[in-house]
Amino acid sequence: MLTTADLVTVLPLIIVASTAVIVMLGVAWRRNHAVTALVSAAGLVLGLLALPLTFPATSSPPLMQVDGLAVMAGTLVLVSALVTVILSHHYLTGYIGPKEEFYLLLLCATAGALALVASDHLAMLFISLELLSMPLYGMLAYSFRAERSLEAGIKYLLLSAAATAFLLFGMALIYARTGYLDLAGVAGALVQAPDAWMLAGAALIVVGLGFKLSVVPFHLWTPDVYQGGPAPATIFLATVSKLAVFVVLLRLVLAAPFFSSEWLQTLITVLALLTMLGGNLLALFQANLKRLLGYSSIAHFGYLLVAIVVGNALATETTGVYLITYLVTTLAAFGVVTLVSSPFGGEDADGLPVYRGLFWRRPYLAAVMTVSFLSLAGIPLTAGFIGKFYVIALGVADSRWWLVGGVVAGSAIGLYYYLRVMVTLYLPEPGMRRRDVTNDWGSRIGGLTLMALAVVILVLGIYPAPMIDWVQGLSGLTN
Amino acid sequence: MILVWLILIPFLGGLLCWQADRWGEQAPRWIALATMLFVLVISLWLWVTGDFAFPQGAQNQWLLEWRTSWIPRFGVEVHLAIDGLSMILVALTGFLGALAVLCSWHEITHRIGFFHLNLLWILGGVVGVFLALDLFLFFLFWEMMLVPMYFLIALWGHSGSPGQTRIRAATRFFIYTQASGLLMLVAILSLVFIHFGNSGEWSFSYDVLRRADVPEAMAPWLMLGFFVAFAVKLPVVPFHGWLPDAHAQAPTAGSVDLAGILLKTAAYGMLRFGLPLFPEESRAFAPVAMTLGLIGIIYGAVLACGQQDIKRLIAYTSISHMGFVLIAIYSGSELAIQGAVVLMVAHAFSSAGLFILSGQLYERIHTRDMTIMGGLWGRIPALPGFTLCFVAASLGMPATANFVGEFMILFGTFPTAPVVVVIASAGLVLAAIYSLILMQRVHFGPVYRQGALAGPDWREYIMMLSLLALVILVGLYPQPLLDITAGLSASIAELFAEGSLADVAGEVR
Repeated sequence: MLTTADLVTVLPLIIVASTAVIVMLGVAWRRNHAVTALVSAAGLVLGLLALPLTFPATSSPPLMQVDGLAVMAGTLVLVSALVTVILSHHYLTGYIGPKEEFYLLLLCATAGALALVASDHLAMLFISLELLSMPLYGMLAYSFRAERSLEAGIKYLLLSAAATAFLLFGMALIYARTGYLDLAGVAGALVQAPDAWMLAGAALIVVGLGFKLSVVPFHLWTPDVYQGGPAPATIFLATVSKLAVFVVLLRLVLAAPFFSSEWLQTLITVLALLTMLGGNLLALFQANLKRLLGYSSIAHFGYLLVAIVVGNALATETTGVYLITYLVTTLAAFGVVTLVSSPFGGEDADGLPVYRGLFWRRPYLAAVMTVSFLSLAGIPLTAGFIGKFYVIALGVADSRWWLVGGVVAGSAIGLYYYLRVMVTLYLPEPGMRRRDVTNDWGSRIGGLTLMALAVVILVLGIYPAPMIDWVQGLSGLTN
Repeated sequence: MILVWLILIPFLGGLLCWQADRWGEQAPRWIALATMLFVLVISLWLWVTGDFAFPQGAQNQWLLEWRTSWIPRFGVEVHLAIDGLSMILVALTGFLGALAVLCSWHEITHRIGFFHLNLLWILGGVVGVFLALDLFLFFLFWEMMLVPMYFLIALWGHSGSPGQTRIRAATRFFIYTQASGLLMLVAILSLVFIHFGNSGEWSFSYDVLRRADVPEAMAPWLMLGFFVAFAVKLPVVPFHGWLPDAHAQAPTAGSVDLAGILLKTAAYGMLRFGLPLFPEESRAFAPVAMTLGLIGIIYGAVLACGQQDIKRLIAYTSISHMGFVLIAIYSGSELAIQGAVVLMVAHAFSSAGLFILSGQLYERIHTRDMTIMGGLWGRIPALPGFTLCFVAASLGMPATANFVGEFMILFGTFPTAPVVVVIASAGLVLAAIYSLILMQRVHFGPVYRQGALAGPDWREYIMMLSLLALVILVGLYPQPLLDITAGLSASIAELFAEGSLADVAGEVR
């Protein structure tokens, strides 16, 4: 039976879901792009404001657990979704065809992500993961007149379905052995060492989630989908979706001890190494910025898998810090691509030549991009360095030398393509200019958001203490 | 607080230069020059007013110290301190920084403001490296100065032969140094976690970590982590691949900074962190390090003889000279370590002089290829004479600073490693050969093309004369340098001589 306290605990989720309903009704009544975007943004801000009310949780609603990790991830989900809404408004202004449904899909997916990070039950996990994924098919194929966008949507649909099958099979195996679906029950039912069925179930779940995280070798869909999807959808995929799935994977590892049995740890270690190196190597010669960022995000989640392997309190803290730094950085990098591609005009401006000499035309936009790429590369004084510092520290603290070596090697390889993009921004312009941002980009909200993100990247890099305190405080309260 | 300003001034000056672009071409140049002179004046003022007569083994070796908490979660502090060695190197940074601004006065003609932003940020990062005592902060500056250097080479550099573009050179420089830097980060973190495991206290502080009790199985690996990072930057021979290209492709100011200051950060890192943190392991490692130094001396010198690009030739001589520094550092003798400091300063002057001269030649004849120079002695007034002076300094002619440094290194190392000294002396002969080859090919020999070229203007005269004066001054009277680094070299020599005993003493204290 739900009590009022329960309702307060899931208030952000309720707010976001009702915003989706309001947007839907609004679209049915009268279409207005600006108002729709505004309502969506307002809903997300309200959800953000409601988050502190839910914590510390006075109750535990069924199937969910609102602990430190959930609140932390929820905040990140809402902030990323908010930035995506702002950038979508910029991007969709020139879109021919209905614009408003994009926000509807986005809000539904955000609600799914919010539920996912708090799920404490395999059924809840599955339902919210699907709630997150289904709208994404629509978002990716949103500009369906462009062939690539449609292709991206279909590809993601097919591979997601495959991943879902893995996930369900894994859950079924675990249920068959333990008779429980809630995490505490699953963990409790297991007194002796896990047998082959349990391990197979856990491995299948890891594989299913690994598809969503585009862990090598389940990454094949990533570059095409990143390239084909409209830029805001790609941003959402790279930030909210990955973040939520990663958090739930971490929750599984923390809650159910058999995930940290030796065999699975070895498996995840190997996957992590493959992902770090594979992502970076594949990105080396990419000339398409969105594909390059796709590979780069693969590599970043490879680094982050170190936290899954280690799976202790420091790992939770590392996850929090790394996700924050990854999010601000990725939002800024993709944000520039979105802005340059706005307003929508067929294909996105994602070829590297488009950005050649950007600094001499748009110094501040190029500065945002430089800062975000420095941060992706993990150069000191940017947020990315703090994230990388945490990952290496975690590996060193737990004496995982293979993984530490992988992070170092991956970073060294990664530098090559990050530098290549960065220097392109400063090279002399060849005289041909195909796409450019609108002249007033800096005074519009999308541009201001990007500059704010760049400032945040620098501030987090120079003075990370408040962020670390916040994450440490919350991860201390994770069950 | 003055230490914070030493770091902040170049950074703020750089931002100002960037914005000053809109006030005309000359504004960024004058601002950059004023900034670096300001840094120079502050450091010289500290030098003059400071008291460096430390009693041996004193508790506090720092002249000035400034610390404040930064990331309490890991006990990271902003901890700056200055002693004799840092003082010399900061002053050197200010001086060479001003020269770098001066020598690009006519060379850099586009995007002047952004160029000076990068130049000053490199120098700011270098000053930070020389002042940081917290290992996290040290690492931060160590890595941070790479980014502007990358842009300096990639955007304003010269493209060499086909396939050897400046961007490639810059990328290689960046990847070499960054990857090795990450190894140092791993070593630093291991040290910190070991200390945390022992004492339950987070700290990145130099003083605290020096007393950390590292398990014997780990210590050599951690020492290697530091060594590789410094060896790449110095550079020591198997890790030198980035240097010739970076030098050849960089603009003159970039080469001056690279050879004059950036290479010195590595030697500084060894003296300040590498040896004191791991005295025993360093002593065990000394034969290997000295061998690497020897290889560097010979290899650099031999390859220098075969170069056609004048800047590549000078770059290889740097490898050779830094081999001497490496030998001195690992000899553990007080005299040799002081010699290393003198040689570092001397090499900064002489290589900066040669790089500036080759930049000036390039401005006049638009080539760095020595095969099509020849016979310039009669065509340019004054410059060949200056070249002769700096070449003489580079080959270690008595009365130049380089002679003092090399002499002290060889003399100081002889008691511990006579064989090494004997072989290293052969390097001096090779130094004479490559120096004379440089002189012969460029300024003597058959005249390649006729016609007089412009002589140096007042700006070039000032640069050359000031450098030359310093080379000779240090060559004739090196005592001030020796005085203020005496405390440091004595303490390192002491650590080295009785590594284990010093550790015990540290714990008792």
